[in-house]
Amino acid sequence: MSVTSPAARESADTAKAKGPLVRRQSIWTRLTHWVWVVCLFFLLLTGLQIFNAHSSLYIGQQSGFEFDNSVFSISARYKEGGAIGGYTTIFGNTFETTGLLGYSGPPGQEQVRAFPSWLTIPSYQDLATGRVVHFFFGWVLVATMAVWFLASLLNGHLRRDIVPTGKDLRALPGDALDHARLRFRHRRHYNVLQKLSYGLVLFILFPLIVLTGLSMSPGINAAWPWLIDIFGGRQTARTIHFGVMVLLVVFFIAHVLMVLLSGPINSMRSMITGRYRIDPEPEGER
Amino acid sequence: MKRAVLTRRKFLTTSAAGAAGLALAGCDQFDAVLRPGHPVRDTMAAANEITFAAQRALLGREALAREFSESEIRQGMRPNGSTDPNSLEYLFLRRSEFALYRLRVEGLVETPREYSLAELHNMPARTQITRHDCVEGWSCIAKWTGVPLALILDEVRPKSNARYCVFHCFDIYASVAGGRPYYESIDMIDARHPQTILAYGMNDASLPVANGAPLRVRVERQLGYKMAKYIQRIELVEDFSQIHGGKGGYWQDHGYDWYAGI
Repeated sequence: MSVTSPAARESADTAKAKGPLVRRQSIWTRLTHWVWVVCLFFLLLTGLQIFNAHSSLYIGQQSGFEFDNSVFSISARYKEGGAIGGYTTIFGNTFETTGLLGYSGPPGQEQVRAFPSWLTIPSYQDLATGRVVHFFFGWVLVATMAVWFLASLLNGHLRRDIVPTGKDLRALPGDALDHARLRFRHRRHYNVLQKLSYGLVLFILFPLIVLTGLSMSPGINAAWPWLIDIFGGRQTARTIHFGVMVLLVVFFIAHVLMVLLSGPINSMRSMITGRYRIDPEPEGER
Repeated sequence: MKRAVLTRRKFLTTSAAGAAGLALAGCDQFDAVLRPGHPVRDTMAAANEITFAAQRALLGREALAREFSESEIRQGMRPNGSTDPNSLEYLFLRRSEFALYRLRVEGLVETPREYSLAELHNMPARTQITRHDCVEGWSCIAKWTGVPLALILDEVRPKSNARYCVFHCFDIYASVAGGRPYYESIDMIDARHPQTILAYGMNDASLPVANGAPLRVRVERQLGYKMAKYIQRIELVEDFSQIHGGKGGYWQDHGYDWYAGI
């Protein structure tokens, strides 16, 4: 038990010769990464503001007011005894979420609102401003996607770092096990889980959230009627848009956790200066 | 074993730190720069002009909004905004079931004129089943019957400098500064679009008061707030900067975008 105390192990690690600093991230990758951070921050919080204007999601073309096609909703109602409670309903199952969803705010100033004020921009109910900021950053997101795609195609980032090779895929089980044990290897190139998760975000989630967003536009519906058909109607598109948002939030949490666990200084340096310290060459250990 | 336990502790503390960071994201520090009139807000609002230009390029003049079948009308049309105007003039007209109502079409036109409801009923009509998309996020499918606005424009003959149709309405929204009448504006491309109709009928009946009787406009390639209800008169103008708040509509004067195709 006392043979390899973690402190001893860590000092042994630092005592070991450091691996070399390599140039890992191009200026294009770093620039687009941080622009996306800003975009997604504002898109998320203004998106929740917009959701608050009508806090129900449906399946199909229209919202069922006289029939029920709702799959998710946040609402408030009186509880027994006269107090107001917030409630969240998912696929017909209702949970009380007072204080977070439906009814929230500082004591004495609680409000009926789906997402709480600390999760929306602006903090008060203002659909007009939420839309203005959302669409501004929507344009920035799309423009940045175009820049990233073009640059990554030309500088090889896409082929080298995103598209997994056969060798990568064979390494998948071992890599997954390493992640589960929180043992991170610092190599020049992304590991296969990184490739797959970044590929998922860049080539599935980003396009999906942009296209479902466009499917809610009556102008785009007239110009490209096929688009809304792919998603099965305007209200379904709104539901998918919300669902992809949730997946992007899950990605964000996992991404930040991985950065923190695998060496935040090294990771942040590589995403700011482009330089990344890789592990020294293995000496027979493995 | 020991090592795994401790890395789990590290995992938990970093998770907690991450969650705390998220909570600190509290967003009221952006409120001030996002209020209408602040340069940051106004810069971002300019994106609406890019959206407008991009959509017009994609849409062209004639692309139609989808029309649905009878079976897709599954519910009554949900009313929103004003649903029961109470100006004296409106209440007076409503008592006679709008027999005394006259739609005035004026401004930058060669021959201004007035239309009674009966005259509008006698003009060629268009019926369309469309999805109404509210800016709040909900949608509702209903059938609308009315006169294409293009036919009215052909009769009054807009002058060459007429760029917008402004719809002045009977309903008045209460505000701190007193009542503000509802109004809206569309450009001549939307005004002449084949699906832009002055609707007097809904779901095979007269247009109900809650949905805008006696007359509302349908602008099917934009959101619901563009589709003014309770239309009193239509004014053709070159620009709308002198009308009410100057932004081209009641909601635009309250921060919403003029182009609502998104």
